[in-house]
Amino acid sequence: MAVEPATDPARDAERLSPAEDAITLAGVVRRYGERAALHNVSLRVRAGTTLAVFGPNGAGKTTLLRMLATLLVPHEGEVTVLGHRLPRDAHLVRPRIGLLAHDPLLYHDLSARENLRFYARLYDVPEADARIAHLLETTGMTARADEPVRNLSRGMAQRIGICRAVLHRPEVVLLDEPRAHLDPEAAAMAEPLIGAAAGVTRVLVTHEIEHGLTEADRVLGLRDGAVLIDAPAAQLDASQVRRLYGVTA
Amino acid sequence: MRAIAAIARKDLLVELRTKESVPAMALFAVTTFVIFHFGLDRDRLEGELAAGVLWVTLLFAAILGINRLFVAEREQGGFDGILMAPIERTSLLLAKAGALLVYLVALELIALPVFALFFIEEGFWEAVPRLAAVILLADLGLAFVGAMLASIAVHTRARDLLLPILLLPLTVPVVIGAAAATKPLLSVPLETSGVGKWLAVLALYDLVFGLLAYAVFDFLMED
Repeated sequence: MAVEPATDPARDAERLSPAEDAITLAGVVRRYGERAALHNVSLRVRAGTTLAVFGPNGAGKTTLLRMLATLLVPHEGEVTVLGHRLPRDAHLVRPRIGLLAHDPLLYHDLSARENLRFYARLYDVPEADARIAHLLETTGMTARADEPVRNLSRGMAQRIGICRAVLHRPEVVLLDEPRAHLDPEAAAMAEPLIGAAAGVTRVLVTHEIEHGLTEADRVLGLRDGAVLIDAPAAQLDASQVRRLYGVTA
Repeated sequence: MRAIAAIARKDLLVELRTKESVPAMALFAVTTFVIFHFGLDRDRLEGELAAGVLWVTLLFAAILGINRLFVAEREQGGFDGILMAPIERTSLLLAKAGALLVYLVALELIALPVFALFFIEEGFWEAVPRLAAVILLADLGLAFVGAMLASIAVHTRARDLLLPILLLPLTVPVVIGAAAATKPLLSVPLETSGVGKWLAVLALYDLVFGLLAYAVFDFLMED
């Protein structure tokens, strides 16, 4: 049984209290050429809560996640993550956020363990081998950890991608369809890392409406880059979210 | 340094496993020597012709490796993973330049003996210590410029076309300096006069383009 290494007290001291906003956007615009992928988007996400983002393809969900991940800059408006303004203070935010994108961001010719060691070096993760062993065990991947990622199924690669996203114990995790390709057992295994039990601030992009509503504290509904829904999850039902997708039944 | 070492180590491990770049570069160089051998219809070369054949071949072989330098980052999402990490973005440049330098040295360890076998009758091994200094300085310049331009070209659909178009004009000074420094070393009898001047030119190129690449790389990685 791999033992989870202790957390870093210095990092713990930096953590926001639940009363503070972990993420704020004010009047954010992001364009690709002439087209606005995000148009005047404003939102607030309290520390330790979950924001579910719904919307049809092309609504701007991935653009929003990439902006929060410091990979895209806003063309207008203000983005603040963990009290730091982006893109100006991106270097302060990067150690404290994790992204699980569509692609698990793994090198196919390296093994799962080698990939995680590589990212552990980039993030200077203390007691990296113990942390990696713990994550692999949690996701049920210990037995396949030394095989090249190209030999793994898409679902297994997704599990390693989850390990990579939380390897450095981020305070904010950005999740783009995290359950994609996972069987129910694997999805349950991933829960302590990226589920509500992880106790971190989550931005969850998903098309699984019922699951997203269950997981979320707040819901953001996007369509064509504009905010159509911004409400507590408890005040919404699935049919209201489905209307975002043009489904009325 | 931690990040540079981690990225360069990862690249070398991937290359060791996939053998995608160095064997292709070496095979290209050897094949080109064969073509020159028959195309020029000469068993022996010396002086400026030998230097020209050697450096044109090495430069074109280097392009194959430079073209693939960021492919894994582009195709397997490594760009996002690395750009999100709390490291200086120039670490990526230095790591890629370091990995490319290793590829080039590996290429030359294979290509030079073959070149000597095809074209040089005598005195080649006497010239090797000085030739090594020329090669190392030329490789350093190619590594910095190659890594910088590969990071631009990899984001385009026409990567294979764009890279040589960008790279070749910028590496003309390397070829001029390296060929001029190599010419006396491949002359019969071996000469050493004038080599120092061209080594200084190559060192200056490395310094200028190394600093230039370092200065602009952050901007190139911007969204």
